[in-house]
Amino acid sequence: MKFTRKAAPAAVAALALTLTACAQSDRDTGDDAASGGDVKDTITFGAAGAPELFDPFYATDGETFRVTRQMMEGLVGIKPGTAEIEPELATSWEPSADGKEWTFKLREGVKFWDGEPFNAEAVCYNFERMFDQNEVAAGGPAGYWADVMGSFKSDAANALYQSCAASDDMTAVVKISRSTSKFPTALSLDSFSMQSPKALKEGDANNVTKQGEGFGYPAYSKNPVGTGPYKLDKYDEANKTVTLVRNDDYWGDKAKTAKLVFKIIPDEATRRQELEAGSIDGYDLPNPADWGGLKSSGNNVLVRPAFNILYMGLNPEKNPKLKDLKVRQALYYALNRDQLVKTQLPEGATVATQFMPDTVSGYNKGLQPYAYDVEKAKSLLKEAGAEGMTLQFAYPSEVSRPYMPNPQKIYEALRADLEAVGIKVTVVTAPWNGGYLDTVDNGGYDAWLLGWTGDYDSPDNFIGTFFANLKANDFHTSATSYGAQLSKDLTDADAIVDETERAAAYEKINQQIMEQDLPGLAISHSPPALVVSNKVKDLVASPLTAETFASVTVSK
Amino acid sequence: MLRFIIRRLIQMVGVVIVLSALVFAWLKVLPGGTVGALLGERATPERRAAMEKALGLDQPIYVQYWEFVKRAVRGEFGASTSVQPGTDAMDVFLTRFPATIELAVCALVIAVLLGVPLGYLAARRRASWFDNVSIVSSLVGIAVPVFFLAFMLQYVFAVKLHWLPVSGRQDPDVNGTRVTGFFILDGLLTREFDASWNAIKHLILPSIALATIPFAVVFRITRASVLEVLDEDYVRTAESKGLTNRVIRGRHVLRNALLPVVTTIGLQTGGLLVGAVLTERVFSWGGLGDALALAFTRRDYAVLQVCILMATVTFVVVNLLVDIAYAVIDPRVRTR
Repeated sequence: MKFTRKAAPAAVAALALTLTACAQSDRDTGDDAASGGDVKDTITFGAAGAPELFDPFYATDGETFRVTRQMMEGLVGIKPGTAEIEPELATSWEPSADGKEWTFKLREGVKFWDGEPFNAEAVCYNFERMFDQNEVAAGGPAGYWADVMGSFKSDAANALYQSCAASDDMTAVVKISRSTSKFPTALSLDSFSMQSPKALKEGDANNVTKQGEGFGYPAYSKNPVGTGPYKLDKYDEANKTVTLVRNDDYWGDKAKTAKLVFKIIPDEATRRQELEAGSIDGYDLPNPADWGGLKSSGNNVLVRPAFNILYMGLNPEKNPKLKDLKVRQALYYALNRDQLVKTQLPEGATVATQFMPDTVSGYNKGLQPYAYDVEKAKSLLKEAGAEGMTLQFAYPSEVSRPYMPNPQKIYEALRADLEAVGIKVTVVTAPWNGGYLDTVDNGGYDAWLLGWTGDYDSPDNFIGTFFANLKANDFHTSATSYGAQLSKDLTDADAIVDETERAAAYEKINQQIMEQDLPGLAISHSPPALVVSNKVKDLVASPLTAETFASVTVSK
Repeated sequence: MLRFIIRRLIQMVGVVIVLSALVFAWLKVLPGGTVGALLGERATPERRAAMEKALGLDQPIYVQYWEFVKRAVRGEFGASTSVQPGTDAMDVFLTRFPATIELAVCALVIAVLLGVPLGYLAARRRASWFDNVSIVSSLVGIAVPVFFLAFMLQYVFAVKLHWLPVSGRQDPDVNGTRVTGFFILDGLLTREFDASWNAIKHLILPSIALATIPFAVVFRITRASVLEVLDEDYVRTAESKGLTNRVIRGRHVLRNALLPVVTTIGLQTGGLLVGAVLTERVFSWGGLGDALALAFTRRDYAVLQVCILMATVTFVVVNLLVDIAYAVIDPRVRTR
């Protein structure tokens, strides 16, 4: 057929008709049952990034957990506004005398969204499912299990988790290989949420595959089934929104608002404009510089208690001068951290006295910060014969972390302090994921800025992470005289069953670290924040960024 | 003409093959990597090694390249690791491509509809106040940083006046049905006209922000080109033989002056497709520019590879279309 000008409009019209016939609106036009009264039936929250997937077991990022936390629950929950654990799907738990056997009493009357009952059998199915990972998942996305439990079924001898058995319908007994402070606290991690055994089975949930140089996930990861107050309605990838709807069969207090929408807005300035235009009700990670302005325009800035630490790492293997405690102390005395906290960190930030924030058990209240003392720093350097020493000191670019909102500015302040006591600082920088983290790991810097945000309330999650692994840690403690002892002390303390006794042991270690070992310089703790409009009620900021929205209402 | 098109398409295949090797090599020499991006502070040497093994990144580079080639031939680029983890990189591209096209086309339409007539008028009234004002405004368009302009547009039209939305492609509560991924078209196809209208409202501010630079370029090229043509002998001849102004402008001036403009538009289109990183970010647009930026910082190799290769293909195709447009505008090209 010759395509003439006259034929063209007819063909276009025909095509349009055909497409229209194929494309039927599948939109749900029915309005949500209006909650009525003066509250809105939707909460819209501005998230900074997209969730990676919806099966929290394979996630390690906050944006995913922000969503799954509303839909899933674990045996152990977190008391709102704190880092402490509280009963969630388990109503109580009890360790055996040796701390290796834990008996969980389960909550009655809980159902997964698909109608499956929550019971001891379901709990054990979940544990076994998490334990039994294929090689790809074990090496890759099952990160929290690897961190907490050490290894998987294929290497069961080295795993913390041993077995799970249902002693009756509502009692599950979990055996672990050794007593540790992280159990059962770590079960509060979103990754260890309980999911419907039936749905897991049907969705072949463990079928993680290698696809090219990435991981492929089974369909289940887009359509998970949990017990929480909200369930997943849809993730509109093209429009970057996640919509959750109320689970009307929820065992506890039902969610007060019918719909919860997470709108993904990567740019912080845009999130602010959205809030001020009234199109979102709140957002995460407001720039600390904006806190004042946001408050004065009638919003509530909810500051999370700090659960992080910024530190200056030191590598004695790279720069032998750092082997001398006096030099490390001199560096510490040289830093004017009070001023740093006041000028470069958000309101509410504090000077660190140890490598963990005061929200963690085992924190030693008796420790005082190393004071800012230029003279003392100089004299210590002199005693150590390190006057005018050179220090290669690095900071990351292209990144902002809760403990380090603006790395360069923090760095400049610290560098000026070091230079003021006569240290020659060699400035080094690299993009966070463009060489910085790799170089830190490979021991390529004398000194560097890094930090840590805790995952759960356990000292092991802070100082254990930093110093317990003697063979491989960023501080290279294996090259020091105290490293082996410190590692042993940490491992021993972690195994103490009695909580009070354990906390006391960790307090002592903290003192030892700060006064005698000083592997690095603990700098500060910075509270991250979230902001909501003044119409939002009952959102409680969590140090673990584990906010839940079920109790939240937004007035019209 | 057909032979010309076929030859160009064959050339394109060659370009894509060479480019894929270059992109692969480039990604491998970049510092940092997927594993570092995924693990962040939690990277211990053991976790790193385990993940590298799981992803096959512990293999020698030539093995990795051979694996890549084998997959690429089958059209498999692998799963995204950060932009949309677990989703095939080609699907990531296909989800985001319509967003970028919607925005780029709209920006281009604005740039051309304003740039060509204004450029023509400015040339006709050379050195008049109109000419001067137009030149200054086109300079402003180039000079003002996109993010600042975007911020001001959002502040005035969304925050203060509430006429238009701040960001995104559609309000979440519109709940539009997705067919093609082009939101405006989808609304028309499914007769959800409110969804189309909502998408159009979302499109206005980012299109204006994105259009400023191509507008300025199109305006200035049109103006310069028209000025040049106005001085040509054949225009004077046409005037002296008494042709109407309308015929002179339409058939002789504009048609000849448009040739360089069309080339410029073609080049600008390529830029719009991948160059809208800032605009897409500020307006939470979720298109290719946004995906590329995220893929780069988080070393999402699969997405980077697909986006770069597809951008190349698009660029080549657009330029082919420009050449065809040449032939339509200028009969001399057809006979060559």
